Amino acid sequence: MHNFLFGIFPYIALGVGIMGTIARYERDPFTWKASSSQLLRRKQLVIGSVLFHVGVLVIFLGHLVGLLTPIWVFDAIGTSHGAKQLLAVVAGGIAGVMALVGGGMLAHRRWTDPRIAQTSSFADNAILAMLLGQLVLGICTVFVSLGHLDGHEMVKFMSWAQGIFVFDGAAASYITGVALVFKLHLILGLLIIMVFPFTRLVHIISGIAAPFRYLLTRPGYQIVRSRRSEPLSRR
Amino acid sequence: MRVRAQIGMVLNLDKCIGCHTCSVTCKNVWTSRDGVEYAWFNNVETKPGTGYPTDWENQDRWNGGWERTASGKLQPKQGGKWRILANLFANPDLPEIDDYYEPFDFDYDHLKSAPEMEAFPTARPRSKITGERMEKIHKGPNWEEILGGEFAKRGEDYNFEGVQKQIYGEYENTFMMYLPRLCEHCLNPACAASCPSGAIYKREEDGIVLIDQEKCRGWRMCVSGCPYKKVYYNWSTGKSEKCTLCYPRIESGNPTVCSETCVGRIRYLGVMLYDADKIETAANTHSKTDLYDAQLGVFLDPNDPAVIEAAHADGIPQDWIKAAQESPIWKMAMEWKVAFPLHPEYRTLPMVWYIPPLSPIQNAAEAGAIGKDGAMPDVRNLRIPLRYLANMLTAGDEAPVAAALERMLAMRAYMRSKTVEGVTDEAIAARVGLSVRVIEDMYKIMALADYEDRFVIPTTHREQVEEAYDLRGGCGFTDGNGCSTGISKGSLFGGAKKPLKMPTEAM
Repeated sequence: MHNFLFGIFPYIALGVGIMGTIARYERDPFTWKASSSQLLRRKQLVIGSVLFHVGVLVIFLGHLVGLLTPIWVFDAIGTSHGAKQLLAVVAGGIAGVMALVGGGMLAHRRWTDPRIAQTSSFADNAILAMLLGQLVLGICTVFVSLGHLDGHEMVKFMSWAQGIFVFDGAAASYITGVALVFKLHLILGLLIIMVFPFTRLVHIISGIAAPFRYLLTRPGYQIVRSRRSEPLSRR
Repeated sequence: MRVRAQIGMVLNLDKCIGCHTCSVTCKNVWTSRDGVEYAWFNNVETKPGTGYPTDWENQDRWNGGWERTASGKLQPKQGGKWRILANLFANPDLPEIDDYYEPFDFDYDHLKSAPEMEAFPTARPRSKITGERMEKIHKGPNWEEILGGEFAKRGEDYNFEGVQKQIYGEYENTFMMYLPRLCEHCLNPACAASCPSGAIYKREEDGIVLIDQEKCRGWRMCVSGCPYKKVYYNWSTGKSEKCTLCYPRIESGNPTVCSETCVGRIRYLGVMLYDADKIETAANTHSKTDLYDAQLGVFLDPNDPAVIEAAHADGIPQDWIKAAQESPIWKMAMEWKVAFPLHPEYRTLPMVWYIPPLSPIQNAAEAGAIGKDGAMPDVRNLRIPLRYLANMLTAGDEAPVAAALERMLAMRAYMRSKTVEGVTDEAIAARVGLSVRVIEDMYKIMALADYEDRFVIPTTHREQVEEAYDLRGGCGFTDGNGCSTGISKGSLFGGAKKPLKMPTEAM
């Protein structure tokens, strides 16, 4: 079971997530959106949304860099495992609380406001619940981590995550002994990756792409499109 | 010079009777769907009034349109690109649906299904969003119809700037006019500029501004960017929508639905040639009162051989050039100077223009003492204050509006003299700087307004776009995802929202 959850299921989750995202982008672009409810109710959204998004983005980047950077890079630049663990606990803790407070405001709004409750789909509610659960689990892991600030547990997760990406068959075995809360956090995280293409989360990709498109690939502000099959010569 | 063609529109407010046929036909065609019940691609406002959405003209509040920064740069008033990106999580300038109105329907079924009761059954309102009972409707799409509501509220109208407005709250001095509004299909659209996804674009062939529904990600910056508040966020699909200038009709040479159905025949559609290279300079004109003239300078004379040659080189078909030469828009905006852009100070260079309305002479008591210029009354004594119209149409510059009103009065005086007294009075025409031939042409187009004079729309050149043969068996125009009927069915990637239950039991 352990091997399935942490050795095989990651591939299923990533496979479904990646293939589903490509399929949705290609086949159903009309459904690809952020699904904002700000028009229906502004209350709580501005503060809640900013707290939530900033917090989650910090956490996301922290996980990405923290888990997937090979351990020898940290050794090379002289960052001790303990210092990295401490950084993760402090930065992750603060960002996690921010995201949880913001997310709580958004959830309260979504589930109590009749306008938004009525117009939310099952996926909207489910993904919000999953994200809140994940934030709570993530913050719980901080307290466990406080018990081993030397960072040796953290290194286990790095080996596991990197093992998954290099198709290391023994990846699951690196995290056999970790606390249950970590395992739950991992399972829920993989589940979120799996359902990613079927929820509004796809807007994350657009949100990351938007600055590049808007700032770099678009000279000036205006866009003119021509339907001519033979474009006019540029002058 | 880079010549492009644009389908422009002029609305003759002097003839608008406020019947809302344009709004209703538009609604039936375009926005009778979930998520956009509250949206009116075309609406008619009674002025003075705060309009729909409430107070839309107050850009200090909404930050729509463009601004010229202190350093002389032109950027959206809601902020440059970095600022817009920083506001993706929550848009501080976005109106709430209550700024438009909460859409509602009535329990009509209750009228026939109610049991025998002491009281007569009534159809009470319900929200179209939540399905819940609405005890009181606070707002609608035309809440100030025919000066509805107290003056204190209506008097917040932005166009009263610089007008001693108190006296217009008095019954004897009141005035009103109608203002039908739709997307302006601007030469310098602020909505397109604000879209981080690049989903909003202007069409090169006819200037129509559209939102690519498959590229829109629902960041809703266009809603706040548009100073006319004519981009609407569809809360059901999560995408923004706007007036399409009925492009499937325009492409086949037909007028838009609002124009076709206008019973007052106030709407005109025609081609305008413009110089795309001049847009940015014109929009960035230093003084806001010069923006009207700056926009006139962007248009190109379709009878000028040099323009015709450049137009050919820029791929504009011959029949479009011919249509531009016969364009009623060109005549009213450029030759007669009777049509004006709506709020040029927003720097969007709008392409739906308005002929200001004449109004009765101020009041009966003053009628004897009124300043008369020959047979014509002084336009400064018209009931609608000149400054009010100028605030709306020329960023406060009264002279062009006065000149236009004088020409319209002259046209009336000349035709009255001609048809009632049988006298052709050339002096009337000369006094407003027109010839008899021009004033009769004005009469034909503005007063008689025959169908073929109002709508000079060349068909689109499909052969430049695609193989028509490949289109056989296609689904034509659709409004939604692929070959759909406009209603998106659920799929793995997100379904229809729960159907709205509208209980109709007696309560």
